Amino acid sequence: MLHTLLRSPLLWLTVIGLGLAAVLPLWVSGYILGLLTVAYYFGVFSMAWDLLFGFAGEVNFGPTFLIGLGAYSAGILNGHGVPIALCLAAGAAAAVIGGVVLALPALRVRGPYFGLTTVVAVLILQNLIVVFAETTGGEIGLTVPDVISIDAATNYWIALGFMTVSGLILFAIATSPVGLILQASGQDPVEAGALGFNVAKHKLAAFCVSAVFSGLAGALLVFYMGTASVGTLVDVSVGVQVIIAAVLGGRRTIVGGVLGAVFLIAAGELLRPLGALSTFVVSAAALVVILFVPAGLLGLLTRQGQRA
Amino acid sequence: MTAAVLPHPLHPPVAARPLLAVEGLQKRYGGLVAVKSIGFAVRPGEILGLIGPNGSGKSTVMKLIMGLERPNAGSVRLDGTEIAGWPSHRVARAGIGLVFQHSRPLHRQTVLENIKLALLPDNLLRLIADPRVEAKARVIAERVGLGAVMDRRPATLPFADLRRMELAKAIARDPKVVLVDEPFAGLTQGEVADFSQLIRGFRDEGKAVLLVDHNVKSVAALVDRVLAMYLGERVAEGSAAEVMRNETVRRVYLGGAIETAARPQSAFSGEPLLKIEALDVLYGKAQALQGVSLHVHEGEFVSVVGLNGAGKTTLFNAVSGLVPYSGRIACGGEDLSRRTPAAIARSGIVQVPETRELFGEMSVRENLDLGGQHLPKAESARQLDWLLDLFPILRSRSGQMARTLSGGEQQMLTIARALMMRPRLLILDEPTLGLAPVILEQLSKALERLRQTTPITVLLGEQNVTFALPHADRVYVLEHARIVWEGTPDRFAAEAGTGYL
Repeated sequence: MLHTLLRSPLLWLTVIGLGLAAVLPLWVSGYILGLLTVAYYFGVFSMAWDLLFGFAGEVNFGPTFLIGLGAYSAGILNGHGVPIALCLAAGAAAAVIGGVVLALPALRVRGPYFGLTTVVAVLILQNLIVVFAETTGGEIGLTVPDVISIDAATNYWIALGFMTVSGLILFAIATSPVGLILQASGQDPVEAGALGFNVAKHKLAAFCVSAVFSGLAGALLVFYMGTASVGTLVDVSVGVQVIIAAVLGGRRTIVGGVLGAVFLIAAGELLRPLGALSTFVVSAAALVVILFVPAGLLGLLTRQGQRA
Repeated sequence: MTAAVLPHPLHPPVAARPLLAVEGLQKRYGGLVAVKSIGFAVRPGEILGLIGPNGSGKSTVMKLIMGLERPNAGSVRLDGTEIAGWPSHRVARAGIGLVFQHSRPLHRQTVLENIKLALLPDNLLRLIADPRVEAKARVIAERVGLGAVMDRRPATLPFADLRRMELAKAIARDPKVVLVDEPFAGLTQGEVADFSQLIRGFRDEGKAVLLVDHNVKSVAALVDRVLAMYLGERVAEGSAAEVMRNETVRRVYLGGAIETAARPQSAFSGEPLLKIEALDVLYGKAQALQGVSLHVHEGEFVSVVGLNGAGKTTLFNAVSGLVPYSGRIACGGEDLSRRTPAAIARSGIVQVPETRELFGEMSVRENLDLGGQHLPKAESARQLDWLLDLFPILRSRSGQMARTLSGGEQQMLTIARALMMRPRLLILDEPTLGLAPVILEQLSKALERLRQTTPITVLLGEQNVTFALPHADRVYVLEHARIVWEGTPDRFAAEAGTGYL
């Protein structure tokens, strides 16, 4: 097991990548660090989403429901004087509770209906935020009194560290026996049940794990940016970005999500001179990858290793 | 397992008490009663065959026991515990295992890992596998004969090995009761012997075994007792020999003697509609077809007879343009080699694949309408009406979803859908695959009517000679990638019949 892991090109690519990322603040400007910080949090969103899609076989079209719950719970509590650490824990907890409330009934329905339920959940959350504008800041957004740090490098390292730890945990779960059962549940739920596995329980657990990381990352992002708004954290289009990042990076790879998120944000930035056209170009590029390289960027990188 | 070995002073001898006891089991789907008050018992170390033609409800009984469907009434007791209505994962943990006929294995994992999956506990906190699991999985893989392919991925395995893997998963769960769905479907003689041995292994371990299959013959050598079902009800129970002698069973199952009705060859003349010359197909290094030449005249009914793996499907796929080949295939004098599969289908060569490929979530009527998509409305309606007369059962099922039909009804629907396209040449690939004799006869009658009332041209591929001969004007025998015999059906028995009848 350890032997095969050590020989995996994926491991070494990841280690080299993380090493380079860790020393990056010595070379690049605060502006780029800021972009990457956001990209790393988005990477966690994507990795958490991949656990559901790639392994449990459930397409969650509303990752921002979980992210938004985490972000807004943390932000609102902080506004009432609760310290950041507690706010982060509360954000993760809120995402899990909301996730369970959503998933319990949603996992009963078959096929595409689960996905539809999750989209509706996002719309409801978005609506609630606007309706209860006094607490949530409504359409203008919520400003939090505290931030983790004002130093770009510190924020960058926190995001990198958080992403690394999240990735490790999610990857460990995905490759563990539980991950195997999850994959079986996703591929052939009837047979998984007949083998004695409670498919609903495993999928619900995957949803909870996905919620913890989405909620926590959402809360961290709020304390990095100092604000939370529907447009940046909850809107369906943000969720679509998360999904595109995960698929772009490579389904069922977990770590691919980070690659996809960095790619999306970097591409958006490089193409900024194109103005409104940049979104179109990035989306078109994403479409090409999804259509012609369904294994994703990571699949492309490790193909050599898999053949050997 | 140890409990069975220890002496039990308080209980009667283990062999006397049934491990699985089913009573008054009933299942309705809407108005259709699929299972009517079925009851039986299986003791430890006993193999019971649950037999019935397609649509008899035998598979439903199996699903009800496994918890994949909930019964409307009745009881299922496992070693004294009532389990009727439990979800499948609880039934599985209580000690019932099901060997699926088809499953979707984990494709990215190896065979060994697939077997390991079955050894895992249903526990969310078990993030590191028990090291003994690996060794156990290896032992099981060796036992079912997968020792050499343990580290390969399921997609690269032949069919028999995939079935071995399913068996391995059942063994891994160490259930008290094993349900096996069509144990020998699609297996060669040698493989059947292997599988029989493995299933006897279950009996020797004191497990109760339930084999679900179409006919008594295929499982007669293996079972201790047989329960025959028809239309949801029990029609007979007893030893395999007794059940085979039973009047009702014979009535349900027996087809008539083979009568051929070939039209004289002089009736078909001129340039053949389909002409295949020196066809070669290679799958990697394996020669799937070698120097095959055959022709079909307009209005002729030609059967290609051959066992599983002889190359029938490959032949039809080549005609439909689905596999690359060398040689010449011409339809109505035009070379097909440069046409796409879609263009070939549009030109009027319609293949009914053995896998059926119905739209399961659409109604019978919608499936048929899709087939008649390119026809003008009035003509499509006329064609539909004619087909529903040809297959009356489809008329009564027209609002039902296709996947809820029995296997025989699905086959009729597939053929009817192909006929909606008004083919010039209808290719039927193993339409009898998995069908019980009674359904076979209905299908046979429909084909007969089709042949008599229309000038249709048919190329039929069959393993079942009693089905392939009666309608054929001419017969080809395909054996190991080659055509080894050609002639009229009345000469078949004398010249090429050995091995088929």
